[in-house]
Amino acid sequence: MTAHTQTMAGIAVRPQAGTLTGTVPKMDARGVKVYYGAKQALKGIDLEIPERQVTALIGPSGCGKSTFLRCLNRMNDTIDIARIEGLITLDGQDIYDREIDPVQLRARVGMVFQKPNPFPKSIYDNISYGPRIHGLASRREEMDEIVTKSLQRAGLWNEVKDRLKEPGTGLSGGQQQRLCIARAIAVSPEVILMDEPCSALDPIATAHIEELIDELRENYTIVIVTHNMQQAARVSQRTAFFHLGEMVEVGDTEEIFTTPRDERTQGYITGRYG
Amino acid sequence: MTDIISTPRAAPYQSDDFAARLRKRYAAERRFKMYGIAAIAIALGMLAVLLASIVSQGYTAFAQHDLSLEIYFDPAEIDPQGTRDEATLSGANYAALARQSLQAAFPEVESRTERRRLNAIVSNGAGFELRQMVMDNPDLIGTRQTVRLALASDYDQLLKGNIDRDVPEANRKVSDQQIQWIDKLVSNGNIVNGWNWRLFMNGDSRDPELAGLKAGIVGSLLTLAVTLGLAIPIGISAAVYLEEFAPKNKLTDLIEVNINNLAAVPSIVFGLLGLAVFLNAFNMPRSAPVVGGIVLALMTLPTIIIASRAALKAVPPSIREAALGVGASPLQVVTHHVLPLAMPGIMTGIIIGMAHALGETAPLLMIGMIAFIVDTPGGFGDAATVLPVQIFMWADSPERGFVERTSAAIMVLLAFLIAMNAIAVVLRKRFERRW
Ligand SMILES: Nc1ncnc2c1ncn2[C@@H]1O[C@H](COP(=O)(O)OP(=O)(O)O)[C@@H](O)[C@H]1O
Ligand SMILES: [Mg+2]
Repeated sequence: MTAHTQTMAGIAVRPQAGTLTGTVPKMDARGVKVYYGAKQALKGIDLEIPERQVTALIGPSGCGKSTFLRCLNRMNDTIDIARIEGLITLDGQDIYDREIDPVQLRARVGMVFQKPNPFPKSIYDNISYGPRIHGLASRREEMDEIVTKSLQRAGLWNEVKDRLKEPGTGLSGGQQQRLCIARAIAVSPEVILMDEPCSALDPIATAHIEELIDELRENYTIVIVTHNMQQAARVSQRTAFFHLGEMVEVGDTEEIFTTPRDERTQGYITGRYG
Repeated sequence: MTDIISTPRAAPYQSDDFAARLRKRYAAERRFKMYGIAAIAIALGMLAVLLASIVSQGYTAFAQHDLSLEIYFDPAEIDPQGTRDEATLSGANYAALARQSLQAAFPEVESRTERRRLNAIVSNGAGFELRQMVMDNPDLIGTRQTVRLALASDYDQLLKGNIDRDVPEANRKVSDQQIQWIDKLVSNGNIVNGWNWRLFMNGDSRDPELAGLKAGIVGSLLTLAVTLGLAIPIGISAAVYLEEFAPKNKLTDLIEVNINNLAAVPSIVFGLLGLAVFLNAFNMPRSAPVVGGIVLALMTLPTIIIASRAALKAVPPSIREAALGVGASPLQVVTHHVLPLAMPGIMTGIIIGMAHALGETAPLLMIGMIAFIVDTPGGFGDAATVLPVQIFMWADSPERGFVERTSAAIMVLLAFLIAMNAIAVVLRKRFERRW
């Protein structure tokens, strides 16, 4: 799958061209190209995802943000016509390597989707499902603790602690999305990918989630796709601007929003298109 | 464009034009509603006519008139040597006992022809019924017992009013004299009317009063067991594989097209296949539920596969993504999430396929399940018939007694269908977890 499989070490310690010289990125994409059948959706993306920071991906609709995000946990494997080239590493290890099991990888790189998608099961079962299939808890009390902790971290505990047996689909949209975040946290991932997690939510629920993302940054590496410029500015430390399948510009969020180098970025940020 | 927006016409929604359009729209809606109601009324009306005709013809078959005669279990006739040897007991002329008893009731009947006519009142099966009693309990020998014996069907029909007494004697199956005898038997209390247990406890018979559905019911259950045992696991596995795992390419497209085509193949073709492959090539037993079950399974498979695939397709992709996203394997996604959510839809497919299989006749005729089966099949390899084939055979018989039994058998078949559907609906409800 990878056109140029290099030695792991070589990639991990390669001197960085960008702003991150010296630090080892949690994830690193090199020349990632994605084709849906004959159509090319990504035209060679190079992007470093620093550890314990929030990286925001912005750009107009259809520019390949979701596609790129789904490459990071191999979700695109499930699309028959999708083909991917290039190299993506997690802690220096090629995630498209034959040795890597995509199922295990998705436990390490969790995902939160655009539309809240809780399982049609109880709140408890929603959280405990992941830990159960991965064997993270051997006793009932351990599982209870994982569920409690995950809900607490997702800021949902106080709202649902008395109704853990009730269906997760009965919660409000914002609560459902926090439930999905709690579900992702429950399997102790290292990276959490979020694809427009607030686009289906009202402003109050959105504010809730943004606060949550800010807190999660302490323990997790987060990549978030968003359409909302303010949101990107508020929650992220790094921002990457995508345009027509290319990554036009990446940098510290402040820089991108104040002094963008590329005029396309400037145009998008100032609302000329997108 | 801009003109229309910038210069709004005066109150466009108050004009007469608009009011007329509105009235037309309401009229169209009312008409459409009436068409719908009319369609449902016609469908319900036809169903009511169908059910009414079947029930009105068939309900009488659930009761039957029996002869209640005092029988002397004459040792001289049954067991002259007194050995109680089974072969002797089984070989005795029990019909004679019934005849003797009847003749004792009509001592005035003396000529041979008259006696024969009198004897015709007792069913041919009376002898077998007496033999069964003695075989079950040899102590009856030498005693006098009042027992219930089958009345020949024509007289049962006479008493039920299905044979008209006013028709000239020459055009009637029973003579005036026989009518007199019957009336006398009735007034003496020798005729009793009661629940027709023979309809459920006997196999098929040439004599309508003895013919029963047991062989057909058991045959149907055995056949259906084979059908469901094969069709459910194969159908669901095929649907899951095609829908969730198979790559989308020319080959799977071809398979999909062919499954859809198979659903439209006339059922008799599956019968021919069964005949050619299972009977002729594999030498499997003729008339056996196992072969019938396999043939019906092949016939119902496309239905189950198509319904199951539709049910799987209807499960929102977001559920699959959610499960994959927390690190579930593709198989776990299917077994933990997709399949349970698709189960109600799959159950619907199974119900339809099952109802189809239970009512199917044509393919079973091809593999010999049209045999005249008296004995209840004891296993999947025994010769058997099924309910619809039994109905088919009875409907073919001219006797008045079979006419009502045919309708009764249809009612039994319908009862089975309704019962199975009810079970399926209950199961469906249990699987259905719509939160
Ligand atoms: N499953 C798919 N099959 C075919 N084309 C796809 C698929 N998913 C996305 N694409 C195409 O890839 C391009 C990028 O899409 P996407 O990554 O969803 O963009 P974004 O998330 O930035 O709006 C779009 O042109 C889209 O039409
Ligand atoms: Mg997207």
